[in-house]
Amino acid sequence: MTTQILIAGFGGQGVLFAGKFLAYKGLIEGKNLSWLPSYGPEMRGGTANCSVIISDEPVGSPIVSEPDVLIAMNLPSLDKYEDAVVPGGMIFVDSTLIERKVKRTDVKVFYVPSTKLAAEMNAPTLANMVMTGKVMKECPGVSGENIEAALKKVVSARHQDLLEINFKALETGYAL
Amino acid sequence: MAIVFEKPKALTDAELHYCPGCTHGIIHRLVAEAIDALGVEGRTIGVAPVGCAVMAYNYFACDMVEAAHGRAPAVATGIKRSLPDRIVFTYQGDGDLASIGMAETVHAATRNENITVIFVNNAIYGMTGGQMAPTSLPGQVTQTSPYGRDVKTAGYPIRVCEMLSQLDAPEFIARVAVNNVKNVKNAKKVIEKAFRNQVEGKGFSLVEVVSSCPTNWGLTPQKALEWVETKMIPYYPLGVYKDKSGEGNKE
Amino acid sequence: MAEKVLMKGNEAIAEAAIRAGCLHYFGYPITPQTELAAYMAKRMPKIGGVFLQAESEVAAINMVYGVASTGKRVMTSSSSPGVSLKQEGISYIAGADLPALIVNVQRGGPGLGGIQPSQSDYFQATKGGGHGDYHLIVLTPSSVQEMADLTALAFDLADKYRMPAMLLADGTMGQMMEPVVLPGESHATVEKPWAVTGTEGKRKHNVVNSLYLVPDELEKTNFERFERYAYIEENEARYESYMMEDAEYCLVAFGIAARVSKNAVVALRAKGIRAGLIRPITVWPFPKKPIAEAAGKVRVFVSVELSMGQMIEDVRLSENCKKPVYLCNRAGGKIPNPGEIIACVEKIAKGGDV
Repeated sequence: MTTQILIAGFGGQGVLFAGKFLAYKGLIEGKNLSWLPSYGPEMRGGTANCSVIISDEPVGSPIVSEPDVLIAMNLPSLDKYEDAVVPGGMIFVDSTLIERKVKRTDVKVFYVPSTKLAAEMNAPTLANMVMTGKVMKECPGVSGENIEAALKKVVSARHQDLLEINFKALETGYAL
Repeated sequence: MAIVFEKPKALTDAELHYCPGCTHGIIHRLVAEAIDALGVEGRTIGVAPVGCAVMAYNYFACDMVEAAHGRAPAVATGIKRSLPDRIVFTYQGDGDLASIGMAETVHAATRNENITVIFVNNAIYGMTGGQMAPTSLPGQVTQTSPYGRDVKTAGYPIRVCEMLSQLDAPEFIARVAVNNVKNVKNAKKVIEKAFRNQVEGKGFSLVEVVSSCPTNWGLTPQKALEWVETKMIPYYPLGVYKDKSGEGNKE
Repeated sequence: MAEKVLMKGNEAIAEAAIRAGCLHYFGYPITPQTELAAYMAKRMPKIGGVFLQAESEVAAINMVYGVASTGKRVMTSSSSPGVSLKQEGISYIAGADLPALIVNVQRGGPGLGGIQPSQSDYFQATKGGGHGDYHLIVLTPSSVQEMADLTALAFDLADKYRMPAMLLADGTMGQMMEPVVLPGESHATVEKPWAVTGTEGKRKHNVVNSLYLVPDELEKTNFERFERYAYIEENEARYESYMMEDAEYCLVAFGIAARVSKNAVVALRAKGIRAGLIRPITVWPFPKKPIAEAAGKVRVFVSVELSMGQMIEDVRLSENCKKPVYLCNRAGGKIPNPGEIIACVEKIAKGGDV
């Protein structure tokens, strides 16, 4: 099984971080994987995206141009990538920031008010992790296991105090 | 019979290719004498420039590296960082050090690289046949300033010692000349100090040697030395411009 | 088996270089290779190594020249515009027969170009780059694992043949993370009696130099160097062959283009089109033999590149114009997606022009 995930949003929304978390989870689970960020000035406040591929086979191109799973954290990202999702794929929409509905009818859509939920738990920067929790629940290629181990890898040593709140954000998304 | 004069050990037996009356030979000798005096020949590595001294690697008996034009301070940085207990020096002309290699010079100085730089300033590109140098004097006639260096279009000469001495980092910056016996004797002392500084781990030491180029200046060797005294030295005053040890003072 | 870690390609190069005994790094900031310098800046002071941010790429490569003269393993890294600036120094390093590693994490050009991935420095890397007759050994990683493995190999080959080696990567290879098993510790095993280390009064002075004013001498050094190059071309060409056994359509691609091409090969075969891939791992020496052999079996070659078509010339020279060679390319920082390659091959299969 191969799952191609595209995470897109504004710079600062933790798009790359969420991707890294999924990548580390894949590493722990012994999967083949790749993580590829967009880079350059666009990282500074513009749109940022990252391609994550998790697979039982060796990964070919690390560039996700036709995602199985699209995580859209803002409207420009949904506008840009909605049509690229493979038929039968999944789109996760941050419904706090994106008011419109997905036009496609051949994909599964999940509207998650992740920005609102993150704000409610006093962690406004963790909408990405709320969303990732929901992805883990719904997406067959991404298990709900090894959360703590992956978090420990992806949260830098000097920010280990943030482990718990990240864990909570993931749980919040997973519980939806 | 007592030996009263001999070739420094740090020079090879190779015959110098320099023009008659050129003072590179004197400066080579002073560098070699400093190496001999400190007894460091076996652990010295020199870096030759592009310019008249390009074949200095044939004349110094220590290990030598030939650098690209202007890059000697960068090459010396690499060597010194690789072998910190070796004595590393560069030998560069004015075009090499103050034109194409100015960035390398300034940055090696501001890093206070523990190297010794011998900077030979004769106000002209010698090897290529007498073009205007960054240190050519205002009004000086050269192949590429045939009507005299016009400061309005060609700019003013660069006084390297004055400029580098503005930096916080370098240990020692001095200007000497070799146009008469008194100046040669002083130059010997100053060059030896620039090497001793390195041995003592003090840092970047540069000695500018005001030199002559009878061939490209179109003067006899003797007239060229007079030109050094009457034209060059007034524009490039001799003395110690920076000495963190506080030993030297501007003459 | 050693543990797999998740690393960016740029970081994998840095760690692999340190493990290969390279304790001297000189660089100048440029996107998209910055992580490499940052990694070195962090690690080198802790292991007694040297990290120095030079005043320019020109200075950095000349510092590399200085360390290489002393016989120690040394490297620099940059991206396209910066590598152009290093060409003078690279020519001198080649002319003085010194081993060193230069990493080019390519971006789009010419000029300031862009910062997105590219392979348009192929000519510069494989045909010389600087002035004079010389080559670099040029290795082209196609995964983060190869970023690490080929770094170690590059140091070994550079030492063995006394010449500079280049790792020719691109922005994607530098920026992407993949699991990687880092190579073990190694170091130079080749004797370097030519190095300048101080005579200690025990030998005649060593001179590291590329100046030969007597044409007979300079010609001799050139001929001797090219005898070495001929041996390398015969013995060090590396490549991967993918689904080539019965292939009619031979894609040729390296680096990120090869990764995308593999997807295309699989998809084309699912459609009944027998495609295969030859992936050069060294582009100098270029793997001429497998391409020449394939020319006897396949219908066409398709050179897949992130450039306006540079490697295609080596493909043509290798297959000696026996079969048509088409170009499937994107440029300026764009990467062909598998669909574009598939469409290109399908069009050729139907007899259309590309």
